[in-house]
Amino acid sequence: MNNLEHTLKEAREDFDQCQSVTDLDQAKAKYLGKTGVLTEALKSLGKLSAEEKPKVGAEINVVKQDVEEALEKRREAILNASQAKQLEEESLDVTLPSRKEDQGSLHPVTQTLHRVESLFHSIGFSVVHGPQIESDFYNFTALNIPESHPARAMHDTFYIDESYVLRTHTSPVQIRHLEKNKPPLKIISPGRVYRVDSDATHSPMFHQVEGLWVDQQVSFADLKGVIEDFLQNFFENKDLKVRFRPSYFPFTEPSAEIDMSWKGGWLEIGGCGMVHPEVFKHVGIDSNQYQGFAFGLGIERLTMLRYGVQDLRHFFNNDLRFLQQFI
Amino acid sequence: MQFSENWLRSYVNTSLDSDALNHVMIMAGLDVDDSHPLGASFSHVVVGEIVSIKKHPDADRLQVCDVNIGDKTLQIVCGASNARQGIKVACALVGAKLPAIDIKEAKVRGVESFGMLCSLKELGLAEEAEGILELSHDLKNGSDLRVALDLNDQITTLKLTPNRSDCLSVWGVAREVAAISASSLSPITYEVNPIKQSEKKNVHIEEKSACPRYCGRIIKNVDNTKTLPDGIISRLERSNIKSISPIVDITNYVLLEIGQPLHAFDHDQLQGDVIVRFAKSEEPIHLLNDTKIKLSKKDLVIADNSGAIAFAGVMGGMSSSVTERTQSIFLESAFFDPNIIAGKARAYNLSTDSSYRFERGVDFANTRLALERASSLIIEYCGGEAGEITEVVNALPKRNEIHLRLKKLNAILGIEVPSQDVERIFHQLGFEISKTIEGFKVTPPSYRFDIAIEEDLIEEVVRLYGYDKIPSHHPVSHQAMLPSSGASQRDLKEILISRGFYEVVTYSFIEDEIEKLFHGNSNPIQLKNPIASQMSTMRSSLWGSHLEVLTYNLNRQVSRLNIFEIAQTFQGAKKDFIETEVISGLSYGSFMPEQWSDKIRDIDFYDMKAHVEGLTSKPLTFKRSDKTPLALHPGQSAEVFLEGQSIGWVGKLHPKWQQHFSLPKAPLIFELKIEILLQDKAFQYEDISKFLPVRRDIAIVVDASVEVDSILDAVYKAKIPCLNRIALFDLYQGKGIAENKKSVAFLILMQDTSKTLVDSEVDFSVSKIVELLEKQFGATLRN
Repeated sequence: MNNLEHTLKEAREDFDQCQSVTDLDQAKAKYLGKTGVLTEALKSLGKLSAEEKPKVGAEINVVKQDVEEALEKRREAILNASQAKQLEEESLDVTLPSRKEDQGSLHPVTQTLHRVESLFHSIGFSVVHGPQIESDFYNFTALNIPESHPARAMHDTFYIDESYVLRTHTSPVQIRHLEKNKPPLKIISPGRVYRVDSDATHSPMFHQVEGLWVDQQVSFADLKGVIEDFLQNFFENKDLKVRFRPSYFPFTEPSAEIDMSWKGGWLEIGGCGMVHPEVFKHVGIDSNQYQGFAFGLGIERLTMLRYGVQDLRHFFNNDLRFLQQFI
Repeated sequence: MQFSENWLRSYVNTSLDSDALNHVMIMAGLDVDDSHPLGASFSHVVVGEIVSIKKHPDADRLQVCDVNIGDKTLQIVCGASNARQGIKVACALVGAKLPAIDIKEAKVRGVESFGMLCSLKELGLAEEAEGILELSHDLKNGSDLRVALDLNDQITTLKLTPNRSDCLSVWGVAREVAAISASSLSPITYEVNPIKQSEKKNVHIEEKSACPRYCGRIIKNVDNTKTLPDGIISRLERSNIKSISPIVDITNYVLLEIGQPLHAFDHDQLQGDVIVRFAKSEEPIHLLNDTKIKLSKKDLVIADNSGAIAFAGVMGGMSSSVTERTQSIFLESAFFDPNIIAGKARAYNLSTDSSYRFERGVDFANTRLALERASSLIIEYCGGEAGEITEVVNALPKRNEIHLRLKKLNAILGIEVPSQDVERIFHQLGFEISKTIEGFKVTPPSYRFDIAIEEDLIEEVVRLYGYDKIPSHHPVSHQAMLPSSGASQRDLKEILISRGFYEVVTYSFIEDEIEKLFHGNSNPIQLKNPIASQMSTMRSSLWGSHLEVLTYNLNRQVSRLNIFEIAQTFQGAKKDFIETEVISGLSYGSFMPEQWSDKIRDIDFYDMKAHVEGLTSKPLTFKRSDKTPLALHPGQSAEVFLEGQSIGWVGKLHPKWQQHFSLPKAPLIFELKIEILLQDKAFQYEDISKFLPVRRDIAIVVDASVEVDSILDAVYKAKIPCLNRIALFDLYQGKGIAENKKSVAFLILMQDTSKTLVDSEVDFSVSKIVELLEKQFGATLRN
């Protein structure tokens, strides 16, 4: 073994001893540094004859390349080992729970309102709102319920004073909208309404959605189609049966109760009818030129059926355990 | 309106069974609220008669009865103390199935017993009963008890809409059922009672339009202690009417039968003529139900020389009421104008079967008929001699001819109803009808108060034609923009939900004291008839309701709560009510849900401020104010401004209220008006500079009371050259900083849109800022 071969062997052994990049850099200096063995060997080439110079030079360079290669190989090995160590040290129990915030939720009544709004919007109804403290005129008189009409006893009304009440239904919004807008029009008006009543199936405050479609040829057949489509879509059940039976509301004629098939029987879900000519008269619309229908649906009732909620009071207690289910 | 189905069937001959009958009524608009079989089911129970009775040889309390059941006599052991010879009893035969037991042959203490004598309880006809049931002597031994007592009956309750006063009687319902099922109807049987005595009353109608028809007659020598036959009593019972005295029962019976309210006065208590007039102001009357009220000038009364003797159409008076001692009566049958009676009973918190019918409309064609019918029954069961009827008739309600155009009918319904069907329907309903070029002229009968216009006729047609025969015409969709207010409200909700908030829905009313003291509204809107005292006032803020929700949940072991609601708040007064839509939120407990990793701290003002800022992309400013709401901690609350307008408040609950509501920690709350928050303005895009900004940091020491916003405002206002942004990044108080001082550190970004800044330019601007801070805020530069 000549000197060069010995140097290469020694370098390889030195490098393999190194456990860190710093150690390796020091070992590198021993061979390739300013005063390294190979650097010195190259420097001493000048002392050789012209014939020997290229030959020895070439031999040294071959060894130098081999040393450099060994160095890089070792460097990579050290880096790999240290990265592997880092990775191992940094590994986590990914099954630990995250630092999450609660999901939050929309109140089920709002979720129903959104569904109702979206479905009616899809057939061109727009959403309008009206005041909750309503005058006797809009809540009753303009809807063809004059004072001391027995129909007033059907509404257990909250009174503010002789002429103002908490609206007992969303129907006054019909009047307010018809006063300011000319047919044809298609609106729904969702919102809070109030009745003096409180038990598992009655709440002093609840939500209704009123619908109104007035045009030249809107008929009872259209009313049936709109309501039937709505209920089937709302409950995502194309087989849902809807039944209309005669009823009485002072502001519609003919009037109907809307029943839907539910658990083998019928369930009352709202009221509807063709807008009464008296109502049109109050807002200056010629009932020989225009006709239309109106309907009212109970939002809580729809929500209770959709989610199987039994007690109306859950909606207003706002128990977190209740709300968290509606994520 | 509750009644026996058998009674109904006695007038209308229909083959429909109970379910089918109920269905046709429902589909014609007579809503069947309830229909159930009378009493419990039992079988093999017959009418028996105790023909002899002796003591049980081995038991003191038992007796051995021989009970005749028609064709034979059975030995039955009985323990009831009222068992005695001669009474008729309900005898359950061997093999009978009673609600609780099956009857078998038995030996009772050694004596054979072939059946059981039953009490009402054992038959399932009453909750409790004392002794065995004693039956009327008229019943035939051996006859099936169910038939003898007419127990195979159904109790029907109709929930009638206020327009259908014509169905407020059993016969009225029968008439309707006959019309809708095309069945035959039996007329009411009555006779014209022969005049047996000559005394008659003079009747003066002072208010002719209020009382279009009045009939009355004196019946002398009645006996009001007689017993009415079971048939009448059981029909009253099945309509839930309590038996009072035979004469009153008969008037109630005729009311149920025909729908005509009647009143019997004790004739001997009346003084002089009968007068129908309006009450005098504050005129007192002592009513039958023993209440004393003072009437107003709008109330109609029946009066005599002594004053008001009845509240017309509502209730009779105490002084002239019939009693056991009554010997002569004055029987009244009248028609009062519905508009005169409407609301009158309710105004005095009364509701009577009479007022209920009169205010909806009573058939004015039956006034006299009902009087004759009741007279017949009274004379039959209580004896007496009828006098001549005094009848006063004024202008009766008109039943006008209404034009029904087939074109209109079909346009409203969306189908073509054949003309012959229309004609048939009105015939069935008893309407007069004649053909015209466009359709028909139709006149409703006297008993229909709800038919005035063409649309009313259309409803009658479709009611009988069948709502289910109208096809459903499915809507064709059109394009339409969602109204933006709806959508944006949803956006606000989505923002808070993604921040972990739950939406709540709370009542719009609140306790008056909370409204006044907590919401600070000295002029609250109060309800005249609240459902409960803690719900008596319309709220001007949602905070009070949200604290209720917090308390409710804290009582259920919840320790962290984030809730919000969008709702109207109410302010103002008479005729000038203001409804403002607000978004209101409450946060309570820890900043994050409890977890294993980071240190948990309670939510504070700055967390809530972030939630509020998150609601809009527009810059909000927060200012301390000297008009802080009473609910809020004055040192930890701010008025929120958007584009210079105040939109609400955010802050911590005032410690006083924390104590008042017994809360372990103080919640953070906010409330903002959403109208301004939702105003959408198109914004203009700003060009992005090609040159990178230069950052410099400075730290200064100022008085602790200096608000950081005021420093930032002052720097921005000074229009420092090339200043892009200045922002707080550190705040320090404590060691190394004098008391009452604080160290605040700002990062300053400098930028030029046209060139890269050189150090000297940056240094110049920073020195300008420092100079300003020294001058305006007494700041000293740290380090």
